[in-house]
Amino acid sequence: MRSADVLAAVLDSLESRDVALFTTGMISREAYRIRDLPSNFYMIGSMGLLTAVGAGLAMCSPRRRVIVVEGDGSALMSLGNFALVAHEGLSNLVHIVVDNESYRSTGGQPSITRTIDLAEVAKACGYRIVHKVAARDDFGSALLRCYRDPGPAFLLAKVVEATEDEAPRVDLEPPIITERLRRFIQDTSGATNLA
Amino acid sequence: MYTPDKLVLALKRKGFRFFSGVPCSLLIDVLETIDHDPEITYVPAVREDAALGIASGAYLSGQRSGILIQNSGLGNIVNGLTSFNFIYHIPVLIVATWRGYQGRDAPEHILMGKIVLDLARDMGLEATVITEPIGDSVDKATEVLERDRKPAALILPPNIGRS
Repeated sequence: MRSADVLAAVLDSLESRDVALFTTGMISREAYRIRDLPSNFYMIGSMGLLTAVGAGLAMCSPRRRVIVVEGDGSALMSLGNFALVAHEGLSNLVHIVVDNESYRSTGGQPSITRTIDLAEVAKACGYRIVHKVAARDDFGSALLRCYRDPGPAFLLAKVVEATEDEAPRVDLEPPIITERLRRFIQDTSGATNLA
Repeated sequence: MYTPDKLVLALKRKGFRFFSGVPCSLLIDVLETIDHDPEITYVPAVREDAALGIASGAYLSGQRSGILIQNSGLGNIVNGLTSFNFIYHIPVLIVATWRGYQGRDAPEHILMGKIVLDLARDMGLEATVITEPIGDSVDKATEVLERDRKPAALILPPNIGRS
């Protein structure tokens, strides 16, 4: 399973009011390349900040599904946010970590998720739903289980990287990314999520 | 009326209903006032950068938001401010206490107390040291948020914020 497979599956699964946030580096770039939506938020800096941003969004939009997609490096940087998400009981938050056990965007240096299991961290913190998958065929059904019941949900996706072309940088200006998402949230508030 | 109440009232008057933060002893009364106010949401954060992220997420959701931190925490949000909030035009009000004010405090606060205004300025973070009337200070900081869509700071010296 490659990160592009995970991102494609996530983007395919989004429903009309869902918001998806993607961490800095290759994850944002690949998501942008696969399918850009006004409800997508791409981080281009501030590694480690994304889950907190998603948590704040989830707190203020409790009837909207918020999906956070970060890498293992980003997750390790802000492990405290696992505790925060679980403590706040954010039932509308789906926290996905694309774990390639390396810092891919800066030359592939190894990360410590070779020995540290982030799914166990999520479980220990008290996420309601926790899944760990390594095979492409398993990811889709695990994702649906994360969506089906109240969360917070954590999904650890172990990936290997193919040596394919690097996705180009996200060429949207960051203030546009902000305004686009704010407008999307405003325009889609009031409607309720269809079951 | 005690100063912490005046500060919270001034913030509410400018539409702030959502805060995150990490406590400082100089914020005890402000946090308690907020805790007793059902109209304000306060989310305790694990670290100041998480508080900034949470408040930023609240802004994306359409809320006016701020964080309540100690000036030491300003050091923990430099990267978030410089590579996220300023770049993405996400305004968050940063209410930071001024430990090490005038060089009088425990040793761990002295250096940050000395540099806090310079640090803010070097980041392009407009910092207003709070004075009476508190409403004017809050108005000034909020105007930066509205006009420039970028974060602004309110700095609370020790004589403000504790009754």
